Amino acid sequence: MKLYDAAAVFRSKNSGPFAITVDVLFTDSLFYYKMKHSGQINKEVVSKLYNVEPELITHIVFFDQALGFKITFARKVSSGTFLDRDVYGAQQHAPLMELEVN
Amino acid sequence: MIKEEFKILAPCGMLGYGFPKASFMKGMAHSPDAIVVDAGSTDAGPHKLGAGTAIVSKQACKKDLEIIITEGIKAGIPIIIGSAGGSGAKVHVEWTQAIVMEILRERSLHGIKIATIWADIPHEVVGAKLDAGQCEPLGLTVAPLTKDRLEATTHIVAQMGHEPIIAALQAEADITICGRAYDPSPFAAVAMHHGFDSALAYHLGKILECAALSAEPGTTKDCMLGILRQDSFVVKPLDEIRKCTAVSVAAHTFYEKDHPYILHGPGMVLDLQHCVFTELGDGSVEVRGSQISETPVYKIKLEGAMKVACRTFVIAGVRDPLLIARIEEVEELVKQQVYEYYNEIPAEDYKIHFINYGLNGVLGELEPQRKPAHELGVVFEVVAKTQELANAICSSVRSTFLHYGYEGRKSTAGNLAFPFAPSDIPFGDVYEFSVYHLMEVADGLEMFQNEYVEV
Repeated sequence: MKLYDAAAVFRSKNSGPFAITVDVLFTDSLFYYKMKHSGQINKEVVSKLYNVEPELITHIVFFDQALGFKITFARKVSSGTFLDRDVYGAQQHAPLMELEVN
Repeated sequence: MIKEEFKILAPCGMLGYGFPKASFMKGMAHSPDAIVVDAGSTDAGPHKLGAGTAIVSKQACKKDLEIIITEGIKAGIPIIIGSAGGSGAKVHVEWTQAIVMEILRERSLHGIKIATIWADIPHEVVGAKLDAGQCEPLGLTVAPLTKDRLEATTHIVAQMGHEPIIAALQAEADITICGRAYDPSPFAAVAMHHGFDSALAYHLGKILECAALSAEPGTTKDCMLGILRQDSFVVKPLDEIRKCTAVSVAAHTFYEKDHPYILHGPGMVLDLQHCVFTELGDGSVEVRGSQISETPVYKIKLEGAMKVACRTFVIAGVRDPLLIARIEEVEELVKQQVYEYYNEIPAEDYKIHFINYGLNGVLGELEPQRKPAHELGVVFEVVAKTQELANAICSSVRSTFLHYGYEGRKSTAGNLAFPFAPSDIPFGDVYEFSVYHLMEVADGLEMFQNEYVEV
Protein backbone atom coordinates (compact mmCIF):
# COMPACT_ATOMS: atom_id res chain seq x y z
CA MET A 1 0.00 0.00 0.00
CA LYS A 2 1.00 3.60 -0.33
CA LEU A 3 1.99 5.40 2.87
CA TYR A 4 -0.87 7.90 2.57
CA ASP A 5 -3.45 5.09 2.62
CA ALA A 6 -2.34 4.20 6.14
CA ALA A 7 -1.93 7.70 7.56
CA ALA A 8 -4.58 9.87 9.17
CA VAL A 9 -2.55 13.09 8.99
CA PHE A 10 0.01 13.70 6.29
CA ARG A 11 1.36 17.24 6.13
CA SER A 12 4.37 19.48 5.65
CA LYS A 13 5.22 22.91 6.97
CA ASN A 14 8.17 25.18 7.54
CA SER A 15 10.06 24.62 10.74
CA GLY A 16 11.48 28.09 10.67
CA PRO A 17 12.39 29.67 7.32
CA PHE A 18 15.30 27.30 6.63
CA ALA A 19 13.75 23.85 7.11
CA ILE A 20 10.82 21.76 5.92
CA THR A 21 9.22 19.29 8.29
CA VAL A 22 6.92 16.45 7.23
CA ASP A 23 4.54 14.86 9.76
CA VAL A 24 2.89 11.48 9.29
CA LEU A 25 0.40 10.46 11.98
CA PHE A 26 -1.52 7.19 12.22
CA THR A 27 -4.62 6.09 14.10
CA ASP A 28 -3.78 2.40 14.01
CA SER A 29 -1.13 1.81 16.67
CA LEU A 30 -0.26 -1.63 15.27
CA PHE A 31 0.56 -0.09 11.92
CA TYR A 32 2.48 2.74 13.59
CA TYR A 33 4.75 0.32 15.47
CA LYS A 34 5.15 -1.77 12.33
CA MET A 35 6.39 1.31 10.46
CA LYS A 36 8.61 2.29 13.37
CA HIS A 37 10.29 -1.09 13.68
CA SER A 38 10.48 -2.00 9.98
CA GLY A 39 13.07 0.65 9.18
CA GLN A 40 11.31 1.47 5.90
CA ILE A 41 11.47 5.17 6.68
CA ASN A 42 15.13 6.06 6.53
CA LYS A 43 17.51 8.72 5.26
CA GLU A 44 18.23 6.91 2.04
CA VAL A 45 14.54 6.72 1.11
CA VAL A 46 13.88 10.34 2.05
CA SER A 47 16.98 11.51 0.24
CA LYS A 48 15.85 9.80 -2.94
CA LEU A 49 12.22 10.94 -2.73
CA TYR A 50 13.14 14.58 -2.14
CA ASN A 51 16.32 14.74 -4.21
CA VAL A 52 18.03 16.07 -1.10
CA GLU A 53 21.49 15.12 0.21
CA PRO A 54 21.34 12.81 3.27
CA GLU A 55 23.42 15.29 5.29
CA LEU A 56 20.65 17.89 4.87
CA ILE A 57 18.14 15.55 6.58
CA THR A 58 18.37 16.60 10.22
CA HIS A 59 15.71 14.45 11.88
CA ILE A 60 13.71 11.28 11.33
CA VAL A 61 11.99 10.72 14.68
CA PHE A 62 9.13 8.50 15.86
CA PHE A 63 6.98 9.68 18.80
CA ASP A 64 4.89 6.89 20.31
CA GLN A 65 2.40 9.02 22.25
CA ALA A 66 1.37 10.76 19.03
CA LEU A 67 1.48 7.59 16.89
CA GLY A 68 3.51 9.42 14.31
CA PHE A 69 6.86 10.25 12.86
CA LYS A 70 8.52 13.42 11.67
CA ILE A 71 11.09 14.09 8.98
CA THR A 72 12.94 17.41 8.89
CA PHE A 73 15.36 18.55 6.19
CA ALA A 74 17.06 21.82 5.33
CA ARG A 75 15.62 24.01 2.62
CA LYS A 76 17.97 24.80 -0.26
CA VAL A 77 16.08 28.06 -0.77
CA SER A 78 14.76 29.79 2.35
CA SER A 79 11.09 30.67 2.73
CA GLY A 80 9.73 33.55 0.69
CA THR A 81 12.81 34.67 -1.17
CA PHE A 82 13.72 34.47 -4.88
CA LEU A 83 13.42 30.88 -6.24
CA ASP A 84 11.28 29.64 -3.35
CA ARG A 85 8.11 27.91 -4.55
CA ASP A 86 6.28 27.24 -1.30
CA VAL A 87 6.48 30.04 1.27
CA TYR A 88 4.76 28.07 4.06
CA GLY A 89 6.25 24.74 2.97
CA ALA A 90 2.70 23.41 3.10
CA GLN A 91 2.76 21.23 -0.05
CA GLN A 92 6.09 19.48 0.34
CA HIS A 93 4.64 16.28 1.81
CA ALA A 94 3.45 14.88 -1.53
CA PRO A 95 6.56 12.95 -2.64
CA LEU A 96 6.51 10.88 0.57
CA MET A 97 2.78 10.09 0.21
CA GLU A 98 3.47 7.87 -2.77
CA LEU A 99 5.96 5.66 -0.92
CA GLU A 100 5.06 1.97 -1.13
CA VAL A 101 5.10 0.40 2.33
CA ASN A 102 4.17 -2.99 3.70
CA MET B 1 0.40 31.13 48.82
CA ILE B 2 0.31 29.52 45.38
CA LYS B 3 -3.10 29.11 43.82
CA GLU B 4 -4.20 25.53 43.24
CA GLU B 5 -5.20 26.20 39.68
CA PHE B 6 -4.23 28.83 37.18
CA LYS B 7 -6.35 29.32 34.07
CA ILE B 8 -5.24 30.93 30.81
CA LEU B 9 -7.67 31.78 28.04
CA ALA B 10 -6.20 31.64 24.52
CA PRO B 11 -8.68 33.32 22.16
CA CYS B 12 -7.06 32.38 18.84
CA GLY B 13 -3.81 31.13 17.34
CA MET B 14 -3.02 34.43 15.69
CA LEU B 15 -4.29 37.80 16.82
CA GLY B 16 -6.53 39.00 14.00
CA TYR B 17 -7.56 35.53 12.79
CA GLY B 18 -10.82 35.91 14.72
CA PHE B 19 -12.70 33.60 17.10
CA PRO B 20 -16.35 32.87 17.92
CA LYS B 21 -17.43 35.28 20.65
CA ALA B 22 -19.55 32.52 22.20
CA SER B 23 -16.42 30.39 22.79
CA PHE B 24 -14.60 33.36 24.26
CA MET B 25 -17.45 34.17 26.65
CA LYS B 26 -17.64 30.51 27.65
CA GLY B 27 -13.96 30.80 28.48
CA MET B 28 -14.58 33.96 30.51
CA ALA B 29 -17.27 32.07 32.46
CA HIS B 30 -14.48 29.83 33.78
CA SER B 31 -12.98 32.94 35.44
CA PRO B 32 -9.57 32.77 33.77
CA ASP B 33 -6.55 34.34 35.47
CA ALA B 34 -5.13 35.79 32.23
CA ILE B 35 -5.83 36.20 28.53
CA VAL B 36 -2.80 35.55 26.34
CA VAL B 37 -2.66 35.71 22.56
CA ASP B 38 0.15 35.08 20.11
CA ALA B 39 0.39 37.45 17.17
CA GLY B 40 3.61 36.28 15.59
CA SER B 41 4.95 34.06 12.88
CA THR B 42 7.72 33.86 10.30
CA ASP B 43 5.52 31.57 8.17
CA ALA B 44 4.56 34.24 5.66
CA GLY B 45 8.19 34.76 4.69
CA PRO B 46 10.73 37.53 5.24
CA HIS B 47 8.75 40.38 3.70
CA LYS B 48 6.75 41.32 6.83
CA LEU B 49 9.82 41.70 8.96
CA GLY B 50 11.92 43.28 6.22
CA ALA B 51 9.36 45.79 5.03
CA GLY B 52 7.82 46.40 8.46
CA THR B 53 4.29 45.37 7.55
CA ALA B 54 1.74 43.36 9.55
CA ILE B 55 0.41 39.86 8.86
CA VAL B 56 -3.23 40.74 9.49
CA SER B 57 -5.18 43.89 8.67
CA LYS B 58 -5.63 46.63 11.25
CA GLN B 59 -9.36 45.97 11.11
CA ALA B 60 -8.92 42.28 11.95
CA CYS B 61 -6.47 42.96 14.77
CA LYS B 62 -8.73 45.61 16.26
CA LYS B 63 -11.83 43.41 16.03
CA ASP B 64 -10.14 40.69 18.15
CA LEU B 65 -8.51 43.13 20.57
CA GLU B 66 -11.78 44.97 21.26
CA ILE B 67 -13.28 41.81 22.75
CA ILE B 68 -10.08 40.74 24.53
CA ILE B 69 -9.39 44.14 26.07
CA THR B 70 -12.97 44.95 27.05
CA GLU B 71 -13.56 41.60 28.75
CA GLY B 72 -10.07 41.31 30.21
CA ILE B 73 -10.20 44.77 31.80
CA LYS B 74 -13.73 44.11 33.10
CA ALA B 75 -12.50 40.91 34.77
CA GLY B 76 -9.37 42.64 36.08
CA ILE B 77 -6.98 40.05 34.62
CA PRO B 78 -3.74 40.64 32.72
CA ILE B 79 -3.76 40.64 28.93
CA ILE B 80 -0.58 39.67 27.09
CA ILE B 81 0.07 39.95 23.37
CA GLY B 82 3.06 37.98 22.06
CA SER B 83 5.10 38.99 18.98
CA ALA B 84 3.01 42.08 18.33
CA GLY B 85 2.23 42.93 14.72
CA GLY B 86 3.48 39.57 13.44
CA SER B 87 7.23 40.08 13.33
CA GLY B 88 7.60 41.94 16.62
CA ALA B 89 10.00 44.69 15.51
CA LYS B 90 9.60 48.28 16.71
CA VAL B 91 7.37 49.24 13.78
CA HIS B 92 5.08 46.25 14.41
CA VAL B 93 4.90 46.90 18.13
CA GLU B 94 4.03 50.57 17.53
CA TRP B 95 1.32 49.50 15.10
CA THR B 96 -0.19 47.29 17.83
CA GLN B 97 0.23 49.98 20.51
CA ALA B 98 -1.73 52.43 18.36
CA ILE B 99 -4.61 49.95 18.02
CA VAL B 100 -4.65 49.27 21.77
CA MET B 101 -4.66 53.00 22.53
CA GLU B 102 -7.46 53.60 20.04
CA ILE B 103 -9.61 50.95 21.73
CA LEU B 104 -8.93 52.34 25.22
CA ARG B 105 -9.81 55.84 24.01
CA GLU B 106 -12.96 54.79 22.18
CA ARG B 107 -14.18 52.75 25.15
CA SER B 108 -13.17 55.43 27.68
CA LEU B 109 -11.09 52.93 29.65
CA HIS B 110 -8.81 54.63 32.20
CA GLY B 111 -6.30 53.67 34.86
CA ILE B 112 -4.74 51.03 32.64
CA LYS B 113 -1.03 50.27 32.87
CA ILE B 114 0.50 49.21 29.58
CA ALA B 115 3.88 47.50 29.35
CA THR B 116 5.74 47.40 26.07
CA ILE B 117 8.69 45.04 25.70
CA TRP B 118 10.98 45.90 22.82
CA ALA B 119 12.72 43.00 21.08
CA ASP B 120 14.84 44.92 18.57
CA ILE B 121 18.54 44.10 18.61
CA PRO B 122 20.90 46.84 17.40
CA HIS B 123 23.07 45.93 14.40
CA GLU B 124 26.26 46.83 16.27
CA VAL B 125 25.42 44.37 19.04
CA VAL B 126 25.00 41.57 16.50
CA GLY B 127 28.21 42.66 14.74
CA ALA B 128 30.18 42.56 17.97
CA LYS B 129 28.76 39.14 18.93
CA LEU B 130 29.66 37.80 15.48
CA ASP B 131 33.22 39.06 15.92
CA ALA B 132 33.37 37.43 19.34
CA GLY B 133 32.17 34.11 17.91
CA GLN B 134 28.98 34.29 20.00
CA CYS B 135 26.49 34.35 17.15
CA GLU B 136 26.01 31.21 15.04
CA PRO B 137 23.68 30.42 12.11
CA LEU B 138 20.70 28.25 13.05
CA GLY B 139 20.37 25.78 10.20
CA LEU B 140 22.54 24.00 7.67
CA THR B 141 21.66 26.32 4.78
CA VAL B 142 21.75 29.70 6.55
CA ALA B 143 24.21 31.91 4.67
CA PRO B 144 27.09 33.43 6.68
CA LEU B 145 26.16 36.85 8.06
CA THR B 146 28.77 39.03 6.36
CA LYS B 147 29.21 42.72 7.19
CA ASP B 148 27.40 43.61 3.95
CA ARG B 149 24.44 41.37 4.67
CA LEU B 150 24.20 42.62 8.23
CA GLU B 151 24.24 46.22 7.02
CA ALA B 152 21.56 45.50 4.40
CA THR B 153 19.27 43.93 7.03
CA THR B 154 16.42 46.31 7.90
CA HIS B 155 15.13 45.05 11.25
CA ILE B 156 16.70 42.52 13.61
CA VAL B 157 14.59 41.08 16.41
CA ALA B 158 15.20 38.39 19.03
CA GLN B 159 12.69 35.97 20.50
CA MET B 160 12.26 36.77 24.19
CA GLY B 161 11.76 34.21 26.91
CA HIS B 162 9.52 34.56 29.98
CA GLU B 163 11.90 36.82 31.92
CA PRO B 164 10.99 40.31 30.61
CA ILE B 165 7.30 39.38 30.58
CA ILE B 166 7.45 38.33 34.23
CA ALA B 167 9.10 41.69 34.93
CA ALA B 168 6.13 43.44 33.30
CA LEU B 169 3.70 41.40 35.39
CA GLN B 170 5.68 42.22 38.55
CA ALA B 171 5.25 45.87 37.60
CA GLU B 172 1.50 45.14 37.55
CA ALA B 173 0.92 45.80 33.88
CA ASP B 174 -2.70 45.30 32.82
CA ILE B 175 -1.81 44.96 29.16
CA THR B 176 1.60 43.72 28.02
CA ILE B 177 2.57 44.19 24.39
CA CYS B 178 5.59 42.03 23.62
CA GLY B 179 7.88 42.49 20.66
CA ARG B 180 9.12 39.26 19.12
CA ALA B 181 8.70 36.43 21.61
CA TYR B 182 9.22 32.69 21.58
CA ASP B 183 5.58 31.75 20.94
CA PRO B 184 5.01 29.87 24.23
CA SER B 185 6.82 32.45 26.41
CA PRO B 186 3.93 34.88 27.12
CA PHE B 187 1.79 31.93 28.30
CA ALA B 188 4.62 30.42 30.34
CA ALA B 189 5.49 33.79 31.88
CA VAL B 190 2.10 34.50 33.39
CA ALA B 191 1.91 31.01 34.91
CA MET B 192 5.49 31.08 36.21
CA HIS B 193 4.83 34.53 37.69
CA HIS B 194 2.21 32.83 39.86
CA GLY B 195 4.64 30.12 40.93
CA PHE B 196 3.72 27.32 38.55
CA ASP B 197 6.21 24.79 37.19
CA SER B 198 8.16 26.11 34.20
CA ALA B 199 8.12 22.83 32.23
CA LEU B 200 4.34 22.52 32.45
CA ALA B 201 3.92 26.24 31.81
CA TYR B 202 6.02 26.13 28.64
CA HIS B 203 4.41 22.95 27.37
CA LEU B 204 0.97 24.46 27.96
CA GLY B 205 2.16 27.62 26.21
CA LYS B 206 3.29 25.60 23.22
CA ILE B 207 -0.23 24.21 22.92
CA LEU B 208 -2.15 27.43 23.68
CA GLU B 209 -0.19 29.61 21.27
CA CYS B 210 -2.16 27.83 18.53
CA ALA B 211 -5.41 28.03 20.55
CA ALA B 212 -7.78 25.24 19.40
CA LEU B 213 -5.44 23.73 16.81
CA SER B 214 -4.69 20.73 19.02
CA ALA B 215 -8.38 19.84 19.28
CA GLU B 216 -10.37 17.82 16.76
CA PRO B 217 -11.39 19.35 14.46
CA GLY B 218 -8.45 21.66 14.95
CA THR B 219 -8.35 25.37 14.16
CA THR B 220 -6.40 28.47 15.10
CA LYS B 221 -9.64 30.44 14.86
CA ASP B 222 -11.28 29.24 18.07
CA CYS B 223 -10.60 29.53 21.80
CA MET B 224 -8.92 27.10 24.19
CA LEU B 225 -8.64 27.14 27.96
CA GLY B 226 -5.51 25.96 29.72
CA ILE B 227 -5.68 24.97 33.38
CA LEU B 228 -2.40 24.60 35.24
CA ARG B 229 -2.16 22.55 38.38
CA GLN B 230 0.80 21.71 40.58
CA ASP B 231 1.89 18.62 38.66
CA SER B 232 -0.18 18.66 35.49
CA PHE B 233 -2.16 20.84 33.13
CA VAL B 234 -5.45 20.45 31.32
CA VAL B 235 -6.38 21.76 27.89
CA LYS B 236 -10.06 22.31 27.30
CA PRO B 237 -11.74 23.34 24.03
CA LEU B 238 -14.52 25.89 24.48
CA ASP B 239 -16.65 25.02 21.49
CA GLU B 240 -18.89 21.93 21.73
CA ILE B 241 -17.91 20.82 18.24
CA ARG B 242 -14.27 20.31 19.33
CA LYS B 243 -12.67 17.67 21.50
CA CYS B 244 -9.09 17.11 22.55
CA THR B 245 -7.82 13.54 22.49
CA ALA B 246 -4.65 12.12 24.01
CA VAL B 247 -3.25 11.71 20.51
CA SER B 248 -4.34 15.12 19.19
CA VAL B 249 -2.63 16.89 22.09
CA ALA B 250 0.47 14.68 21.94
CA ALA B 251 0.67 15.22 18.19
CA HIS B 252 0.46 18.98 18.52
CA THR B 253 4.11 19.34 19.42
CA PHE B 254 4.89 17.98 15.96
CA TYR B 255 3.44 21.10 14.41
CA GLU B 256 5.96 23.44 12.76
CA LYS B 257 8.80 22.06 14.87
CA ASP B 258 11.88 20.23 13.68
CA HIS B 259 11.58 17.56 16.38
CA PRO B 260 8.41 16.06 17.88
CA TYR B 261 9.34 16.16 21.55
CA ILE B 262 12.57 18.14 22.00
CA LEU B 263 11.82 21.86 21.79
CA HIS B 264 14.51 24.52 22.00
CA GLY B 265 13.57 27.91 23.44
CA PRO B 266 15.35 30.93 24.88
CA GLY B 267 17.85 29.62 27.42
CA MET B 268 16.13 26.26 27.73
CA VAL B 269 15.21 22.91 26.22
CA LEU B 270 11.81 21.32 26.72
CA ASP B 271 11.71 17.50 26.71
CA LEU B 272 8.26 15.99 26.21
CA GLN B 273 9.33 12.43 25.49
CA HIS B 274 7.96 11.01 28.72
CA CYS B 275 4.71 12.95 28.88
CA VAL B 276 1.50 11.16 29.69
CA PHE B 277 -1.69 12.38 28.03
CA THR B 278 -5.00 11.41 29.67
CA GLU B 279 -8.48 12.02 28.29
CA LEU B 280 -10.77 13.30 31.04
CA GLY B 281 -13.98 12.29 29.28
CA ASP B 282 -15.35 15.80 28.71
CA GLY B 283 -13.26 16.60 25.63
CA SER B 284 -10.36 17.87 27.70
CA VAL B 285 -6.95 16.24 28.16
CA GLU B 286 -4.63 16.25 31.15
CA VAL B 287 -0.89 16.28 30.56
CA ARG B 288 1.90 15.38 32.98
CA GLY B 289 5.57 14.60 32.79
CA SER B 290 6.87 17.60 30.82
CA GLN B 291 10.53 18.26 31.56
CA ILE B 292 12.67 21.34 31.09
CA SER B 293 16.34 22.08 31.48
CA GLU B 294 18.24 25.33 31.31
CA THR B 295 21.01 25.48 28.72
CA PRO B 296 24.55 26.10 30.03
CA VAL B 297 24.78 29.25 27.91
CA TYR B 298 21.70 31.45 27.43
CA LYS B 299 21.08 31.87 23.69
CA ILE B 300 18.38 33.87 21.96
CA LYS B 301 17.16 33.36 18.42
CA LEU B 302 17.65 36.33 16.09
CA GLU B 303 15.58 37.03 13.00
CA GLY B 304 16.32 39.64 10.36
CA ALA B 305 15.49 40.26 6.73
CA MET B 306 17.08 42.22 3.93
CA LYS B 307 15.93 43.41 0.53
CA VAL B 308 17.54 41.37 -2.24
CA ALA B 309 15.85 42.61 -5.42
CA CYS B 310 12.78 44.10 -7.10
CA ARG B 311 10.39 41.82 -8.97
CA THR B 312 7.99 41.97 -11.91
CA PHE B 313 5.97 38.89 -12.86
CA VAL B 314 3.45 37.58 -15.38
CA ILE B 315 0.82 34.86 -15.08
CA ALA B 316 -0.03 33.04 -18.30
CA GLY B 317 -1.57 29.78 -19.49
CA VAL B 318 -0.37 27.33 -22.12
CA ARG B 319 -2.81 24.89 -23.75
CA ASP B 320 -1.03 24.03 -27.01
CA PRO B 321 0.22 20.41 -26.72
CA LEU B 322 3.17 21.09 -29.03
CA LEU B 323 4.45 23.83 -26.72
CA ILE B 324 3.67 21.89 -23.53
CA ALA B 325 5.81 19.02 -24.84
CA ARG B 326 8.90 21.26 -24.96
CA ILE B 327 8.03 24.02 -22.51
CA GLU B 328 11.30 24.07 -20.56
CA GLU B 329 13.40 24.04 -23.70
CA VAL B 330 11.44 26.98 -25.15
CA GLU B 331 11.72 28.92 -21.90
CA GLU B 332 15.49 28.49 -21.97
CA LEU B 333 15.61 29.78 -25.56
CA VAL B 334 13.42 32.78 -24.63
CA LYS B 335 15.80 33.54 -21.78
CA GLN B 336 18.82 33.41 -24.10
CA GLN B 337 17.18 35.71 -26.61
CA VAL B 338 16.45 38.29 -23.90
CA TYR B 339 20.05 38.11 -22.64
CA GLU B 340 21.29 38.69 -26.18
CA TYR B 341 18.86 41.54 -26.82
CA TYR B 342 19.93 43.33 -23.63
CA ASN B 343 23.63 42.50 -23.97
CA GLU B 344 24.56 46.02 -22.80
CA ILE B 345 23.13 45.27 -19.33
CA PRO B 346 25.39 43.16 -17.09
CA ALA B 347 23.81 39.72 -16.71
CA GLU B 348 24.24 39.82 -12.91
CA ASP B 349 21.90 42.84 -12.69
CA TYR B 350 18.82 40.68 -13.22
CA LYS B 351 17.51 37.10 -13.16
CA ILE B 352 14.72 35.42 -15.12
CA HIS B 353 12.82 32.50 -13.60
CA PHE B 354 9.98 30.32 -14.88
CA ILE B 355 7.55 28.34 -12.72
CA ASN B 356 5.50 25.77 -14.65
CA TYR B 357 2.35 24.76 -12.75
CA GLY B 358 1.10 21.47 -14.10
CA LEU B 359 4.66 20.23 -14.55
CA ASN B 360 6.71 20.88 -11.42
CA GLY B 361 5.45 24.24 -10.16
CA VAL B 362 5.20 23.29 -6.50
CA LEU B 363 8.21 21.04 -5.99
CA GLY B 364 10.63 22.32 -8.64
CA GLU B 365 13.72 20.11 -8.77
CA LEU B 366 12.29 17.95 -5.97
CA GLU B 367 9.40 16.81 -8.18
CA PRO B 368 9.70 13.06 -8.78
CA GLN B 369 6.81 12.82 -11.30
CA ARG B 370 7.45 14.90 -14.36
CA LYS B 371 4.33 14.31 -16.44
CA PRO B 372 2.90 17.58 -17.78
CA ALA B 373 -0.85 18.17 -17.53
CA HIS B 374 -2.96 19.03 -20.59
CA GLU B 375 -2.58 22.69 -19.72
CA LEU B 376 0.11 24.57 -17.83
CA GLY B 377 0.03 27.66 -15.67
CA VAL B 378 3.23 29.53 -16.34
CA VAL B 379 4.48 32.19 -13.97
CA PHE B 380 7.56 34.03 -15.05
CA GLU B 381 9.34 36.53 -12.94
CA VAL B 382 12.25 38.89 -13.34
CA VAL B 383 14.13 40.09 -10.29
CA ALA B 384 16.51 42.99 -10.78
CA LYS B 385 18.42 45.71 -8.98
CA THR B 386 15.66 48.25 -9.63
CA GLN B 387 11.94 48.05 -10.31
CA GLU B 388 12.43 49.85 -13.64
CA LEU B 389 14.92 47.25 -14.81
CA ALA B 390 12.67 44.38 -13.64
CA ASN B 391 9.77 45.93 -15.56
CA ALA B 392 11.84 46.41 -18.72
CA ILE B 393 13.31 42.89 -18.75
CA CYS B 394 9.99 41.26 -17.88
CA SER B 395 8.31 43.11 -20.72
CA SER B 396 10.93 41.74 -23.08
CA VAL B 397 10.54 38.17 -21.71
CA ARG B 398 6.78 38.41 -22.16
CA SER B 399 6.87 39.64 -25.75
CA THR B 400 9.64 37.22 -26.72
CA PHE B 401 7.82 34.25 -25.16
CA LEU B 402 4.46 35.26 -26.67
CA HIS B 403 5.83 35.24 -30.19
CA TYR B 404 8.72 32.81 -29.97
CA GLY B 405 8.96 30.62 -33.09
CA TYR B 406 10.05 27.34 -31.56
CA GLU B 407 10.77 24.36 -33.76
CA GLY B 408 7.60 22.64 -34.90
CA ARG B 409 5.30 25.51 -33.90
CA LYS B 410 1.92 25.65 -35.64
CA SER B 411 0.20 28.32 -33.51
CA THR B 412 1.93 31.25 -35.17
CA ALA B 413 -0.37 33.89 -33.61
CA GLY B 414 0.78 33.57 -29.99
CA ASN B 415 2.06 31.12 -27.39
CA LEU B 416 0.51 32.43 -24.16
CA ALA B 417 -3.01 33.00 -22.77
CA PHE B 418 -2.93 35.96 -20.37
CA PRO B 419 -5.80 36.08 -17.89
CA PHE B 420 -5.27 39.78 -17.19
CA ALA B 421 -4.50 43.00 -19.03
CA PRO B 422 -2.04 44.46 -18.35
CA SER B 423 -0.13 41.22 -18.06
CA ASP B 424 3.00 42.49 -16.31
CA ILE B 425 2.67 43.00 -12.57
CA PRO B 426 5.28 45.10 -10.76
CA PHE B 427 5.56 43.30 -7.41
CA GLY B 428 7.93 45.53 -5.47
CA ASP B 429 10.72 44.47 -3.15
CA VAL B 430 11.81 40.87 -2.59
CA TYR B 431 13.29 40.07 0.83
CA GLU B 432 15.33 37.24 2.26
CA PHE B 433 15.92 36.05 5.82
CA SER B 434 19.49 37.26 6.25
CA VAL B 435 19.60 36.69 9.99
CA TYR B 436 18.47 33.41 11.55
CA HIS B 437 21.05 32.98 14.24
CA LEU B 438 21.52 31.99 17.85
CA MET B 439 23.23 34.67 19.91
CA GLU B 440 24.79 34.23 23.33
CA VAL B 441 23.57 36.65 25.99
CA ALA B 442 24.17 37.13 29.72
CA ASP B 443 20.57 36.30 30.64
CA GLY B 444 16.97 36.51 29.46
CA LEU B 445 16.62 40.18 30.37
CA GLU B 446 19.76 41.70 28.85
CA MET B 447 18.49 42.43 25.34
CA PHE B 448 14.86 43.34 26.05
CA GLN B 449 13.73 46.74 27.32
CA ASN B 450 10.49 47.22 29.22
CA GLU B 451 8.60 50.50 29.02
CA TYR B 452 5.49 51.47 30.95
CA VAL B 453 2.73 53.97 30.37
CA GLU B 454 -0.46 54.66 32.36
CA VAL B 455 -3.60 55.60 30.49
